[in-house]
Amino acid sequence: MFPPIPNPTTQATPPKFGDADLIRKSASNITPAAKRQTEVAKLIDVSKCIGCKACQVACLEWNNLVEDVGVNVGVYDNPHDLTPNTWTLMRYTEYDNPESGNLEWLIRKDGCMHCEDPGCLKACPAPGAIVQYSNGIVDFVKENCIGCGYCVKGCPFNIPRISKVDHKAYKCTLCSDRIAVGQGPACQKACPTQAIVFGTKDEMKKWADLRIKDLKERGFKNAGLYDPPGVNGTHVMYVLQHADKPQIYAGLPNNPTISPIVELWKGMTKYAGLAAIGAFAAFGFLHHVVSGPNRVSDEDERNAKRLTEGQSR
Amino acid sequence: MSSYEVAPGDNVHAGDPVKVDRYTTAARINHWITAVSLVLLAISGLALFHPSLYFLTGLFGGGSMTRILHPWIGVVLFFSFMGLFFRFWKLNLWRRTDSVWMSRLRDVLTGQDENLPEIGKYNAGQKMVFWSMSILILVLIGSGLVIWQQYFSQYTSVEQQRIAVLVHAVAAILAICVWIVHVYAAIWVRGTLSAMTRGQVTGGWAWRHHRRWLKDLVSGKSNKKPNATPAE
Repeated sequence: MFPPIPNPTTQATPPKFGDADLIRKSASNITPAAKRQTEVAKLIDVSKCIGCKACQVACLEWNNLVEDVGVNVGVYDNPHDLTPNTWTLMRYTEYDNPESGNLEWLIRKDGCMHCEDPGCLKACPAPGAIVQYSNGIVDFVKENCIGCGYCVKGCPFNIPRISKVDHKAYKCTLCSDRIAVGQGPACQKACPTQAIVFGTKDEMKKWADLRIKDLKERGFKNAGLYDPPGVNGTHVMYVLQHADKPQIYAGLPNNPTISPIVELWKGMTKYAGLAAIGAFAAFGFLHHVVSGPNRVSDEDERNAKRLTEGQSR
Repeated sequence: MSSYEVAPGDNVHAGDPVKVDRYTTAARINHWITAVSLVLLAISGLALFHPSLYFLTGLFGGGSMTRILHPWIGVVLFFSFMGLFFRFWKLNLWRRTDSVWMSRLRDVLTGQDENLPEIGKYNAGQKMVFWSMSILILVLIGSGLVIWQQYFSQYTSVEQQRIAVLVHAVAAILAICVWIVHVYAAIWVRGTLSAMTRGQVTGGWAWRHHRRWLKDLVSGKSNKKPNATPAE
């Protein structure tokens, strides 16, 4: 068992991180915090999950969210997708393992992965609407969000959802408010099987190694850690029984990266675009300075007069 | 009939100087609605395009208001431009003289209009502005609807939205560049602006820059055309 995080005291605790610990801020140039805090991570061990949805309930409870009553279409996923209120969702997959002939129930807790290189933050046009703390948490700042939906396009995991009520983007905060006072996220606290554990990223990697070793011993020879390098790693990681095929876990991307289209849009296009506009304006200015205005001469007017009087009278 | 270069409402008034009606009141109102929309779209669009221009959202009442207003102004622009398109498209069809005019771009830029062929109501530059704006506005409204999060996000995949947002940005930049050419040409060629303000230009301006148009107007070819307004 991973040593549980002790319960908090009843004394008010000052937050362990805040605005001084930002390393990235959307649409802003900031000096990253000089000293990086220890990176944190949540480890989700899919092999241990029993699909009880306690994490989903805990998330709603802690964040004071209410989900609409849904419709049963014959699957366990409820609701059917992430929503502006459901920041984490159990996704159930029945996997017919061709090698063992077993039917496996793969239950993946979906939600924000807290990428080290966050696509949402890169795409966001509103200064300070998305921030990344030096401990790795990527957070949405509601007051600065304008509801454009660019984060949805930037995210390689299809996580952010825009509310139809207040038109702002929502996703898992990794319970930044709990972590700031030394607690683990609400979902981790609620998990009855330690399928969710929380600690420093190094601790989580070490713990994952033990779990992977155990799984391998029990015949899952491709068991492994999902910490995708395409986004420089994530601060939510999975232990997968079949790490060679992440896509069988309800479409977990094989090799997630920020889409090259988004990189082009937020990179080259931004600079080349403004440069092109500037070049056109500069050409106009220079042309006018060098050539001077193109004026109508008195002779033009006389010619027009002659033409009009000669033929229309 | 194919060389006929006059639009309904164009008219010559003898006098000193000669005055030529170039745009009707309706066409001018139509133009200025389009112009104001385009400028507002460029400002609000650039504000969301580059962080260093985000402060421009202040002109629209903040970031959220900019996000709300920009697409609606786009709808206004689209229908307004459609009005302009159907007014002007015919005289903007490409003609052989336009290719000659383009091949003498050096004379155009140095203001040596005497070396250029006689031009109808629009020269090749104006036609290129017209057609590129027509295409770009079509692309912009199409891609814009795809990324209109509030109403249309559920109809397309995220990947399609990514493509649309890039296409939208590139098309918008091109449209702004075309707009700069359009505005600069109107300023550089003195006597042009009055065509879109009071609707008239002087005979000399028409003689210098659009002689074919002036000659067609004077020779009153419009009288031969059914349903055309009497020219003189």
